[in-house]
Amino acid sequence: MNYNVDEKGYYGDFGGAFIPEMLYPNVAELRESYLKISADPDFKKEFDALLKDYVGRPTPLYFAKRLSEKYNTKIYLKREDLCHTGAHKVNNTIGQILLAKRLGKNRIIAETGAGQHGVATATVCALMGIECIVYMGALDIKRQAPNVARMKMLGATVRPAQSGSKTLKDATNEAIRDWINNPVDTHYIIGSVVGPHPYPDMVARFQSVISEETKWQLQEQEGRDYPDHVIACVGGGSNAAGLYYHYLNDDRVNIIAVEAAGKGIDSGESAATSALGKEGIIHGSKTLLMQTPDGQITEPYSISAGLDYPGVGPMHAHLFRSKRAEFISIPDQEAMDWGLTLSQMEGIIPAIETAHAFAALDVRKFGPEEIIVFNCSGRGDKDLDTYIDYFKL
Amino acid sequence: MNRIDQKFNEDKKLLSIYFSAGFPNLEDTVPILKKLEAAGVDMVEIGLPFSDPLADGPTIQESSTQALRNGMTTEKLFTQLEGIREHISIPLVLMGYFNPMMQFGIEKFLARCAAVGIDGLIIPDLPVDVYHEQYKTLFEQHGLYNMFLITPQTPEERIRYIDEVSNGFIYMVSSAAVTGAQSTFGNTQTDYFRRIAQMNLNTPTVVGFGISNAETYEAASLHSRGAIIGSAFIKFLEEKGVDQIETFVRSIRA
Repeated sequence: MNYNVDEKGYYGDFGGAFIPEMLYPNVAELRESYLKISADPDFKKEFDALLKDYVGRPTPLYFAKRLSEKYNTKIYLKREDLCHTGAHKVNNTIGQILLAKRLGKNRIIAETGAGQHGVATATVCALMGIECIVYMGALDIKRQAPNVARMKMLGATVRPAQSGSKTLKDATNEAIRDWINNPVDTHYIIGSVVGPHPYPDMVARFQSVISEETKWQLQEQEGRDYPDHVIACVGGGSNAAGLYYHYLNDDRVNIIAVEAAGKGIDSGESAATSALGKEGIIHGSKTLLMQTPDGQITEPYSISAGLDYPGVGPMHAHLFRSKRAEFISIPDQEAMDWGLTLSQMEGIIPAIETAHAFAALDVRKFGPEEIIVFNCSGRGDKDLDTYIDYFKL
Repeated sequence: MNRIDQKFNEDKKLLSIYFSAGFPNLEDTVPILKKLEAAGVDMVEIGLPFSDPLADGPTIQESSTQALRNGMTTEKLFTQLEGIREHISIPLVLMGYFNPMMQFGIEKFLARCAAVGIDGLIIPDLPVDVYHEQYKTLFEQHGLYNMFLITPQTPEERIRYIDEVSNGFIYMVSSAAVTGAQSTFGNTQTDYFRRIAQMNLNTPTVVGFGISNAETYEAASLHSRGAIIGSAFIKFLEEKGVDQIETFVRSIRA
């Protein structure tokens, strides 16, 4: 079975481009150019140079000694938290801004939930001197004040999404509406492996540097370029897509995806899309999404703002349905506890999203000779307020 | 013959009205339809409310959200429309996003549309190519038309393709924009209407998005078969209520 996108833009049953005709020219332009542009030697040179000198790549593949001892297995952390701006998100925004420049676009729009993708977009726009407008749910603006301030400092305009539930999905709707209204000069930088084809594949490719580096780093440290397990948290799924990418068709590698169970799968306040979602269409993509029996998209919940997306990227929906990946879901409390555990055992304060992934260690048994690579996708600075409240620090 | 074709065979410019089913009140659907027909409207687009209507501007979004709060569902709408053909003879088009239809079950959805007397559908997020490959036969089996949008940015080749796959009419989006009222049309829009008229398409065109008054209605109809009004009508409904519908229709076309 093929786990990459097919020539029609699908991952098995999922994907495609279910977009209003108004978006057709924009999306068609991207579809026809993204592979050509990103394969161009000049593009690659500029992309690689920025990843190295600006983002700080390669990020370390760190053997977590204490954690490995405690769980009697071999645990590596891919340190995406050490990327400039604090998470893997910037890998994609660097790629897309270079693409946008080559397409002659002079205006960038983006959506953001917790603000990490907004900050990563505002950062690359500042770097290139391009106008940047970030849509953010009015509720999220209140909850994520430091990231709103960072975007403003970087020169971006933050526009509140006032429609619907005033969170990430509504910010995405507003960004799409902006793109409909500005079809010629604007590029929309989507922050995850979601949206109409070619976005899921394009974003996965820009994030694939994560597993590309993991391969040679493992070769150096373990004498083989593949682990037994790759584990990542999944909201939309971009950090996971990056870690899985070069192992998708390597059946020696087990893939584990960790979703946010929120207050519990059956609590009505959850973001575990694979468990709770049904096939449908969200933001131009056929995928699994959380919805009412009448097909209205529902508002997910997780303590981590980066995981509460009601859908999941079509690649992940396919990995789930085809059983290529194991999906588990972790409630708020366990994720928060792991935030503390990783801090105190390895000296790394993770983002709450990232902390979810580590809870796989409590759910599943791993052998002493097995090699596990976790995507340590983001750092916890942005979550300090939540940690302070939760642990009464 | 499909009622849409019958209507387009009449020698006149058409006025079509869009509203969100279940707005302003849950049970307003049938009264609104009756008043629109009585006021001389030629065709109606009934909007099936959706939580995430990404091609719509604020007015339609808000009416859609309100309709959902009022309790509108796909099943509820079909129930309201049962027996509608005893009262209404103008063409009725159901306009909605694809996800609620998928959840209802596409075949079941189309069967119910046909059973209550819907003549065609407009599904903004079902692209013409997907329709052509996967659903066209099914629509035809139920005698339902499916209409597509074109915009000033749609390439000519694609317009030809849409013309070939379409039946009923082609919905010309007046400008690069989500739905919403404008007070006048500029030269760019008029040039676009004229350009499309000169393509001599097989399928008639009507203009939508940005039609709000007699002036924009006339400008839009000049190079097409008529126009669709949505947001301006919804605003009117909100301010003046269902009883005054005739006043609105007369303000557009005396």
